Amino acid sequence: MSYWLNKFGPLLGLLLVYAFFAVVAPPTFRSVGNLELMARQTAVVGTATVGMTLVIITAGIDLSVGSLVALTTMIIAFLLNQQFPPLIAALAGVGSAALFGLVNGTIVIGHLGRVAAICLGIGTLVGLLRWPALGTSPAGWASGILAGLVIGSLVLWFNERFMKRIPVTPFIVTLAMLLVVRGFAKLLGNEQKINAPRTWLKELLSTLPAEWNWMLLPPGVWALGLLAALAGVLLYYTKLGRHIFAVGSNEKTARLCGVAVERVKLYVYTLCGATAGLAGLLQFSRLNIGDPVSAVGLELDVIAAVVIGGGSLSGGEGSILGSLVGALIMTVIRSGCTQWGLPNYTQEIITGTIIVCAVALDRLRHQPAE
Amino acid sequence: MQGVSKRFGATVALDGVDFRVQPGEVHALVGENGAGKSTLMKVLSGVLTADRGSMSLDGAAYTPPNPLAARRAGVCMIYQELSLAPHLSAEQNILLGVEPSRFGWLDGRQLRRRARQALAQLGHEEIPTTVPVGQLSVGAQQLIEIARAVAVGCRVLVLDEPTSRLGQLDVGRLFELIRRLRAQQLAVVYISHFIEEVEMIADRFTVLRDGRNAGGGAVRHSSAEQIVNLMVGRKVGELYPHSRRRPGEVILEVSQLSGASRPQSAALELRRGEVLGIAGLVGSGRTELLRVIFGLDPVRRGTIRLASYRGAHSPAARWRQGAGMLCEDRQAESLALSMNVADNLTLSRLDGLGPGGLIWPARQWRATQLWIERLAIRCRDPRQCVRELSGGNQQKVALARLLYHDVDVLLLDEPTCGIDVASKAQIYQLMDRLASGDSAPGGKSRAVLMVSSYLPELLGVCDRIAVMHRGRLGPARPVEEVSEQSLMLEATGQAGST
Repeated sequence: MSYWLNKFGPLLGLLLVYAFFAVVAPPTFRSVGNLELMARQTAVVGTATVGMTLVIITAGIDLSVGSLVALTTMIIAFLLNQQFPPLIAALAGVGSAALFGLVNGTIVIGHLGRVAAICLGIGTLVGLLRWPALGTSPAGWASGILAGLVIGSLVLWFNERFMKRIPVTPFIVTLAMLLVVRGFAKLLGNEQKINAPRTWLKELLSTLPAEWNWMLLPPGVWALGLLAALAGVLLYYTKLGRHIFAVGSNEKTARLCGVAVERVKLYVYTLCGATAGLAGLLQFSRLNIGDPVSAVGLELDVIAAVVIGGGSLSGGEGSILGSLVGALIMTVIRSGCTQWGLPNYTQEIITGTIIVCAVALDRLRHQPAE
Repeated sequence: MQGVSKRFGATVALDGVDFRVQPGEVHALVGENGAGKSTLMKVLSGVLTADRGSMSLDGAAYTPPNPLAARRAGVCMIYQELSLAPHLSAEQNILLGVEPSRFGWLDGRQLRRRARQALAQLGHEEIPTTVPVGQLSVGAQQLIEIARAVAVGCRVLVLDEPTSRLGQLDVGRLFELIRRLRAQQLAVVYISHFIEEVEMIADRFTVLRDGRNAGGGAVRHSSAEQIVNLMVGRKVGELYPHSRRRPGEVILEVSQLSGASRPQSAALELRRGEVLGIAGLVGSGRTELLRVIFGLDPVRRGTIRLASYRGAHSPAARWRQGAGMLCEDRQAESLALSMNVADNLTLSRLDGLGPGGLIWPARQWRATQLWIERLAIRCRDPRQCVRELSGGNQQKVALARLLYHDVDVLLLDEPTCGIDVASKAQIYQLMDRLASGDSAPGGKSRAVLMVSSYLPELLGVCDRIAVMHRGRLGPARPVEEVSEQSLMLEATGQAGST
């Protein structure tokens, strides 16, 4: 009994919240159209929670998610304007976010030096390309790449030979990355929004046209379902999944049992970057615009969803289903309050209260039964 | 202290202990690990409250509800691990929590004066009072901690293994200080394993054994050997099965092995079909030896050969080579408490639990169920959270991990520490079966390297025993050639003098 209550507690919470608003809010809240709207509204946060759940289970955190979402929309819009096919643009956007996730992970496990080496290499290349004497001529590219490689490998060699690993707290690393990535997003559009031509990317999360009605929900929402299912399989039915839990539950035990703790963390942060990129893709689909100042503070919604869904910031606990339910609870509150005619601030107060209650309930559940 | 008793669950830590210390006296409290010394002193300093018994201080009844009350009454305890705030200066540390103030404002001048006064009372005015204490040596930090006790008007000072982290020079300084405090009519309780120190510094001694008074008296009238005999004084019971074992080929060979600070140049050979024990005091480097062998701590020098393997030192490599380790601290290191029994048991070998690298929960549980039955682990089912199990059952889960992994070499650090007698007996039986090779499956014999602070257990289970003393590993001797007395003397560094 208590096992099922543990497992489906958040789901029960969602049903209660929904039932509450179904009673008090006007009938439009209960309409099928509103259900679909809420599903679409949850898609962006929901997609990002998948990766965040993994990170939080390892007792880490990723604050750069909001910035990564903004950067992804910028990259996609930028590339579409350069006449790249939509698929390439989308892949590039999600791929860059994953790359930044990889950088997060690399610094967290203590290889700041490696990141520095690669950055210096790229910096040298960019510097030479901007040098008027050489510019973007073939000679400029050749010398730039050569000089970049030489400098990069020198720094890398020095790092591997003389420097120790210096692990850094995930909070600090990703806080810094929050700023860095936001800066890159602004750089890409000169602090301006980028309007993008209309492509099929727009259809990912918009209301379905009549002839597609059999799909019930937009493809973006289905994609989220698939992603969640895959992540669930990863967590519960693979070695990596068990290792993720072990690292978060007790890192020393994981090490004792031969788990490659560093590699697990690297994977997890990369995956979190990738799902942030996918969330960025959905965000782009909603607005069809690259916006460098969008999704500010989104990471806090994502973290809140994970916590409401039973994730523990001290690690070892959390579930994909729970986190998605957490995201849905927040959407239902938002939608319900709006339809009920309550001002914006009440939503915030209620959501905040729910987070505290969820955590308190969680602690209560975990107290030894004495 | 009179008739003090304390139980933790089913274990009796103290059973009617009497203890008396006078002003102007250094009183040594000695006993083996787990004899109840720390518990007794925790009762004295208010960390624990006794179940029975009474205490009096200066003739008045004394029942401190917490350490702060004990401090106010004048009883201060200095633990092995120092409890200074490393970023604060000496003067801030000395008066931490009792800072002089005027109308809520810190009185800096008085703070400095009283800190200096406390240091002067110890005869150590040379210690800088404004530098963060984290930058000072361990010896100086210890002096500051004692100064803190003196500054609040301490009359009974308890020192728990104060020399374990000090160099030779600092030990000399500390002894000088203790004599000075004695001259100032303080009562000093000195807890130590090292009999030579007791002989040097203490006036009287009390021996605890299994939570009871085993004897005591004036140090002048007793020899080191007499004290050791009082500490040990037990016979090996029938608890320890020892079937016929046939030592086979050498499976673990360690030579010239040094870690970061300990061990220093350790060498040992472990054969299939034998249990090799490592005795020694807490802090002598036994745990570090196992950790370095298993790749958990870095190897500074030396070689480790496991069967025919050499090379990388990492836990993952060791598991692959057929070695497994059980850590000293079950809760902090051996087990992931928030995970279930099945995950904990199979964590080191998750392959082969399903097709294509997947893990089939049903198969994982079946594999776990097998070991739950074989080791008689008491749990609801493989899905139960390890946190909910008793200490003994937790330990069996951690041990079952090695058996599930089917390792040939078992490194066990304090395998029976803090568990009930029934579980202990089961673990001894299991170790005997493993070494003699009549355990399913396959019937091959394994090798066990075991660290323990409990001498009877080592004598009962092991075939050979080596002693570690201050980071150095002595030669392994057959168990027939050693006794509790000889091991204790070697562990306390007295082997040469008898």
